[in-house]
Amino acid sequence: MTPDQIVFLIVALFTLGSGFMVVTSGNLVHAALWLISTLFGVAVTFALLNANFLAVVQVVVYIGAIAILFIFAVMLTRKDIRDQGPQVNKNWWFGALLSVSTFAGLYFLLQGWEGMSKTASAFPSGFDAVAELGNELISPTGYVLPFEVASVLLVAALVGAVYVAFNPRSGK
Amino acid sequence: MIPLSWFLIFAAALFSIGLFGVLSRRNAIAILLGIELMLNAVNINLAAFWRYGNVLNMAGQVFAIIVFAVAAAEVAVGLALVISVYRRRNTVIADDIDLMKW
Amino acid sequence: MGFWNDPLKAAADWLMDIFTGWGMPELATQILVAFLGVLLLIVILMVLDIVLVWVERKVVSRFQSRIGPNRVGPFGLIQPFADIIKLLIKEDITPSGADKVVYNLAPILSMMSVLILWAVVPLAPQILGADTDLNIGALYIVAAGAISTLSIIMAGWSSNNKYSLIGAFREVAVMLSFEIPMLAVLLIPTIFAKSMGIVKIVDAQDTWFVFLAPLAALIFFIAAIAELGRAPFDMGEAESELVAGYNIEYSGMKFGMFYAGELLHAFTFGGFWAILFFGGYRFFGLEQVNPILAVAILLFKAFIGYWLIMWVRYTVLRIRIDHMLSFNWKFLTPMAFVLLMVTALLNALLAETPPWVYVSSMFLSNIALAWGALELARSYSRREREKVEGPKPAVETTHH
Repeated sequence: MTPDQIVFLIVALFTLGSGFMVVTSGNLVHAALWLISTLFGVAVTFALLNANFLAVVQVVVYIGAIAILFIFAVMLTRKDIRDQGPQVNKNWWFGALLSVSTFAGLYFLLQGWEGMSKTASAFPSGFDAVAELGNELISPTGYVLPFEVASVLLVAALVGAVYVAFNPRSGK
Repeated sequence: MIPLSWFLIFAAALFSIGLFGVLSRRNAIAILLGIELMLNAVNINLAAFWRYGNVLNMAGQVFAIIVFAVAAAEVAVGLALVISVYRRRNTVIADDIDLMKW
Repeated sequence: MGFWNDPLKAAADWLMDIFTGWGMPELATQILVAFLGVLLLIVILMVLDIVLVWVERKVVSRFQSRIGPNRVGPFGLIQPFADIIKLLIKEDITPSGADKVVYNLAPILSMMSVLILWAVVPLAPQILGADTDLNIGALYIVAAGAISTLSIIMAGWSSNNKYSLIGAFREVAVMLSFEIPMLAVLLIPTIFAKSMGIVKIVDAQDTWFVFLAPLAALIFFIAAIAELGRAPFDMGEAESELVAGYNIEYSGMKFGMFYAGELLHAFTFGGFWAILFFGGYRFFGLEQVNPILAVAILLFKAFIGYWLIMWVRYTVLRIRIDHMLSFNWKFLTPMAFVLLMVTALLNALLAETPPWVYVSSMFLSNIALAWGALELARSYSRREREKVEGPKPAVETTHH
């Protein structure tokens, strides 16, 4: 076992544990906070994969915006600060069965693939992943069209979210 | 060095946990939390395939960034819908929002 | 001579030799030495924080025509230690309705979000960090801000107190909104330096970026004050209506951590202002003489930034929350984005021109943009005023 393998195992266990708490925690604010620790674990995983930009964007976008939005939404949609009643529906055992079988299916599918035990090659010398990513995102031969479509999607979602959540009775 | 399989199995486990959340939770916001877990699992896969494949081909990272944008849009619209439903029907339990159910 | 050229590297090598001499494996030694380095930085920052308490109290009293702490030690220098002893021996209360784990975690996260910012601060050209430049440094600043937002909402929610929750909501709304102009403005030094690495940004500042983008420096300063939640943007802890905001239920050292975190955060943003727009540790080649001198230059510039933040804090009145948010969304954010576009365009168009053309056209475009934005805001406010008061009489009639 090399040190980075030990680090990966710790991070993976931490992430999966907090992910499990997200879906089982009775208190929804706690679930949202566990989501933050899961997202942080995923950010560390990105860092382990040398995807620095993704790791930092994960923290900025997911933890800084999405998770905070979740906490706000949880607080805005409750008559009472406590959670009452069961948090899972009556078919939860079926969901558990389905997710376990999904994992088992994926595991067996992956076991049969020969690329599984591949190890990462070292970066070519002078390779700057962030600069390369930036060039690819705006180069016409690269991914400029998906990038622009994503920005249009974000604007549309912004306008749509404001329109849907706007309360005509309290607004001007 | 960490073999690729570890990342893939980790992502598969995270995806299954998210799937369980989506299928079993009653609260609509908790269902969205589960969807976030699934999207993150997908992103781990994309980043892992970028790192273990040809690093000069940035498609994996670019796709992960598009997933970030989609996730942000999905959460913004989804939570706006949940809040709007809460205003009208006074509930966020997915089973109770059944007006369109025959 | 070797030691004084790079004291930290020399000390690290010396420690490495000692530890490997004891028969420790290479990797464990590296981890241990890196850990000791982090510990050293944190200890220095905490000691600096104690000094900041004294500086803040002295400066505020000067702004308010008072003397400030002057009883304990010469010039009241021992006062912060007295404060710490007071905070430590206070009863440490956890409210009965509080969410215990989250409540106790929030102050730690608040302090942490400040300390991790120093991971990307380039202290001197030769000190260890120089060749290990994080290539996403500018974005890292915003990521650390996300953790501080988190600590505030955790503190506000877990205290189980209406005032603290309202304070946290306001504070988070302000922080999230002002993050957007800050991000846009952080991209401007990135455009000039052609890299997001903080060390590269400092290296690129042969002319300080404040001369290339004075408006960007100003927007960063305003957004930084809002991120800090200090007056005039301290709606989250407006004492006169919310008592103390999100940290109302905290006492003893837990409150002390919020307080110390805020002071160090203000100082850190003063430092980042200096690094991004005022050349960081560079001062006419003086930084090449000795790394300790370079650190001193950086700290001096950071103290100037910190002093400006304090000056604003103690002289400007608190702004109402809706004014604050509409100022951000309707004025600061569009201005930051237009500035970003203009800068990127000019940078591409003027890439081949001599430096003086480049610098002067950048500077003039910034001034023109600021003037245009202020004219727009002025005409808007004149229209709004006329709606309320009616049109202004054209000529004052004078009575004889």
